[in-house]
Amino acid sequence: MREKGRPEAALSMKAAASWSVTPAEPYRFRPGDRVAVRRADVPGHIRTPWYIRGRQGVIERICGTFPNPEELAYNRPGLPAQPLYRVRFRQADVWPDYAGPPADTIEVEIYQHWLEPA
Amino acid sequence: MTQPSGHHHDHGAAGAHVHPTRPDDEGPLGYYQRMEIAVRELLIEKGTIDPDDLRRTIEAMDQRSPAQGARVVARAWCDPAFKARLLDNGTAACEELGIAMGPTKLVVVENRPGLHNLIVCTLCSCYPRNLLGLPPDWYKSRNYRSRAVREPRAVLAEFGTVLADDVEVRVHDSTADMRYLVLPERPAGSEGMGETELAALVTRDAMIGVTTVRRN
Repeated sequence: MREKGRPEAALSMKAAASWSVTPAEPYRFRPGDRVAVRRADVPGHIRTPWYIRGRQGVIERICGTFPNPEELAYNRPGLPAQPLYRVRFRQADVWPDYAGPPADTIEVEIYQHWLEPA
Repeated sequence: MTQPSGHHHDHGAAGAHVHPTRPDDEGPLGYYQRMEIAVRELLIEKGTIDPDDLRRTIEAMDQRSPAQGARVVARAWCDPAFKARLLDNGTAACEELGIAMGPTKLVVVENRPGLHNLIVCTLCSCYPRNLLGLPPDWYKSRNYRSRAVREPRAVLAEFGTVLADDVEVRVHDSTADMRYLVLPERPAGSEGMGETELAALVTRDAMIGVTTVRRN
């Protein structure tokens, strides 16, 4: 049986840890947690695509902690580093008129400061 | 030299022989072009790099090809322990095979019965260049980048890949620090094939996820 909308396994935290930059903000979410992407319109270099803002999904994995790209873009250090997650969304929740089957999904990398508990 | 061998582009109906050309006059340099030249010349003048370093780096970048990724996929098909390490930490597993990964943080996503993965970067053109070389033009096009997330099945069908409704299509938008490689399903009828033979079946497009791997 295939699980839907849930991570298959606790993916290696070892890889995430080896890639992480410190000092970093502490992790607020774990794989399996339901989250909502902030619906915000802020200027600057933003790596959160428009189409995913305001949508709800599930944390699929922790990717590690990385300097905030919104700060890096202005030649600032971007520290403390932001936790980065892969979040899995149901396509039907992202696009109200999605043409494919309801099991189709999309995963997006999102920094913690763009996520809220849902 | 009477045969136009290897000559595959369109010749117009009237016999007009149209080749795309680079304009002789490339126009004034842009801001970033001037900056690149200035920084390059300064680095060379100060002895930080020499022109041969630069040439060698460009040559090495241009020589990377999907053959690297194909080698990784074939190994994963033949060696379950390697596959487990690859799915666990793509970067470390590729480095085991002697592939220089630099700062690339690789996530490998596995196709299996009932699941098909597709990679896109909607914000720019993030791509695992260490494993696949330079991205194809279509990967960077606005058309692919906007539609792969919005209507992936229509995009896949345009690439000749029609998937049944009971196969989940999972799109991966490469928006931040990770890079993605699809581990395609090993094709039926390839049981007797060795790793080198298998690697020859694995194409760039299958590792982006716009197609599957088939026996030739």
